[in-house]
Amino acid sequence: MRISAGRLDFKELNKRVKAAPGNVEIEECYGQRFIGSGLSGKTVIINGTPGNALGAYLDGATIIVNGNAQDAVGDTMNDGRIIVDGSAGDALGYAMRGGRIFVRGSAGYRTGIHMKQYQEKKPVIVVGGRVGSFLGEYLAGGLIVVLGLAGESESQSAPVGNFTGTGMHGGLLFIRTEQALENLPAQVWAQDAKSTDLEIIVPYVNEFAEYFKMDAAEILQGRFQVLRPNAKNPYHQLYTAN
Amino acid sequence: MAVNYLYPEYEVARNYDRCIACRVCERQCANEVHEYLPDANKMTCDDSKCVNCHRCVSLCPTRALKIVRSGNTYKENANWSRKTIDELYKQAGTGGVLLSSMGNPEDYPVYFDKLLLNASQVTNPSIDPLREPMETTVFLGAKPQDIRRDNFGRLLTDIPPHLKLSMPVMFSAMSYGSISYNAHESLARASEALGIFYNTGEGGLHEDFYKYGKNTIVQVASGRFGVHKDYLNSGAAIEIKMGQGAKPGIGGHLPGHKIVGDVSRTRMIPEGSDAISPAPHHDIYSIEDLRQLVFSLKEASNYTKPVIVKIAAVHNVSAIASGIARSGADIVAIDGFRGGTGAAPTRIRDNVGIPVELALASVDKQLRDEGIRDNVSIVVGGGIRSSADVIKAVALGADCVYIGTAALMALGCHLCRSCHGGKCNWGIATQVPKLTKRLNPNIGFKRLVNLMTAWQHEIKEMMGGMGINSIESLKGNRLMLRGVGLNEKELEILGVKYAGE
Ligand code: SF4
Ligand code: SF4
Ligand code: SF4
Repeated sequence: MRISAGRLDFKELNKRVKAAPGNVEIEECYGQRFIGSGLSGKTVIINGTPGNALGAYLDGATIIVNGNAQDAVGDTMNDGRIIVDGSAGDALGYAMRGGRIFVRGSAGYRTGIHMKQYQEKKPVIVVGGRVGSFLGEYLAGGLIVVLGLAGESESQSAPVGNFTGTGMHGGLLFIRTEQALENLPAQVWAQDAKSTDLEIIVPYVNEFAEYFKMDAAEILQGRFQVLRPNAKNPYHQLYTAN
Repeated sequence: MAVNYLYPEYEVARNYDRCIACRVCERQCANEVHEYLPDANKMTCDDSKCVNCHRCVSLCPTRALKIVRSGNTYKENANWSRKTIDELYKQAGTGGVLLSSMGNPEDYPVYFDKLLLNASQVTNPSIDPLREPMETTVFLGAKPQDIRRDNFGRLLTDIPPHLKLSMPVMFSAMSYGSISYNAHESLARASEALGIFYNTGEGGLHEDFYKYGKNTIVQVASGRFGVHKDYLNSGAAIEIKMGQGAKPGIGGHLPGHKIVGDVSRTRMIPEGSDAISPAPHHDIYSIEDLRQLVFSLKEASNYTKPVIVKIAAVHNVSAIASGIARSGADIVAIDGFRGGTGAAPTRIRDNVGIPVELALASVDKQLRDEGIRDNVSIVVGGGIRSSADVIKAVALGADCVYIGTAALMALGCHLCRSCHGGKCNWGIATQVPKLTKRLNPNIGFKRLVNLMTAWQHEIKEMMGGMGINSIESLKGNRLMLRGVGLNEKELEILGVKYAGE
């Protein structure tokens, strides 16, 4: 079913998306928020720019954005896929627990904060370009890959901002860059990815490359650094019982 | 060996004339205070481990035990109290941040105790609740601003979703993990029996308790533990936890050793990993951001449930509450500094936040002044100990109260304030199987029902005395209150007159 969002209010648009019997294609999306909240069992294609909190609590649906997305994409997402053929704003994949998010371009600050994994649920974020500061803060599980495919700036600085992985106590961060990663917090342990490490990301890089018609092998050629937490109980030693 | 500067705060006083060396106390004390000496056929103890929880005292068959404050004296003075000295020594010994539990225990004013209620005499009749109907039912949620009719003049009744309660009391957020399965079951069953609500706290909802959904408030906190679509749709309301009275401005941290078995399953995080709730929600830096979370939750629950925003009572609470009332939230919950916790840094617990009575009075006034009081219901917690506190809170402007500590006390909590140790001898703030089974939910739920039933009677009696037959007409009725021992500023903030005026 096709829905022309145009000037529709977000409530009305989302009501129609939920009510649609099968897959949905939204035309002329002009920033309507909360599209796909808790959605499962269908594919939503969005042409235009969805507003904040796209796919919050997503529960198995697939969302494809032909354009840029805004803040809080995939907040507390549980399952499903979000594919953004453009860039995304801040707080991408906040507290995400499952499913996969692919962003062709860059993402803003606070990407993948407090992602966690549980049993078979393992959230994955792949960002093609750069991300802002606070990448993977409080990371408790899951996988974040930043590819740094950002044209000229690629070689000049690492594709992440400051405070990467602060408070990290689980999960993995992969960053593709020739640059040394500076100012990493004490909770994080960084090293060059070994071939066994790279195996972890190969399927997701392949999936990314397939969506955006890129050459996965070429991407995987680059230097990847992997960041792990130093301990799963980083604050354990901090307290005295009183 | 390093000198131990600390002297035990409590002593176990055992009457050896009565003690039959049955070793019950030894088995009951998870802190391993008591020990049997086989050669002497006699009990001994290590007072330094005693937290004064009275478990052994309550179970000793011959009443041979009591716990007394240790007679030992530091050279205290008005500036250096025993607590201050002890804490300093602890930190010098360990280098750690002091960690405590339950609410602020310090000697700050309790305003509820300085407020007195009115009663009818001569000119307006009081009402006998045993003879006449008294209404304690309350509805929580946004109230429509105006009456709307359709083209045929029929009343439009599609009001925003509400919670209906038989009395203005709910059990406040206590997560599964911080308290036990049996404690949660007791709270859930009591809520169902009473027609009120309990709150999951931020640890998710155990699969066994989905059946109590219509009496459940599900919480969403910064860590988003156990939050998924079914969870959001399982309860009667969704609460966004922005803050907590016991530890305003800081997050939560359930240590990995408590993330075991079902707690791990319910939180949806692996066993043994710390459950860290960051201090802020990192997607909420403004009221506009809060509005976004409110509406994303409403979208995910199809606008069928009221959304509560819970904040700690802090200095600018009325301005913050005003923002919340404009954020699309249906209910604002304010948690005072006496509110309990399973663990909080001592300095935060004891020094941050303000009394809920003052916070409530100023929030109610601010929202009225701005004409947005009906946008939200107000729920207050953190310091409600009795039905009198409930009545006074309602008269100060609350729609309803949350009780946490009082509910746990009904389940057996003896306020030992050692929840952070995870070895609660009463089976409440622990996940150790041999301890959790001490709390029988069949008894626990009954005791909660007893407590609330008693409070409801008392509430009706106090209302009747004031000549009020519906709790709604007491709401914000500050003329029913008078202050004693308060200065003018306090009276002004509380919006009450002095006794005798
Ligand atoms: S429970 Fe009482 S009687 Fe039994 S050993 Fe302890 S103090 Fe003695
Ligand atoms: S900690 Fe509790 S059970 Fe143990 S000795 Fe002290 S009062 Fe008794
Ligand atoms: S819940 Fe248990 S540990 Fe906490 S104060 Fe009460 S009795 Fe003590």
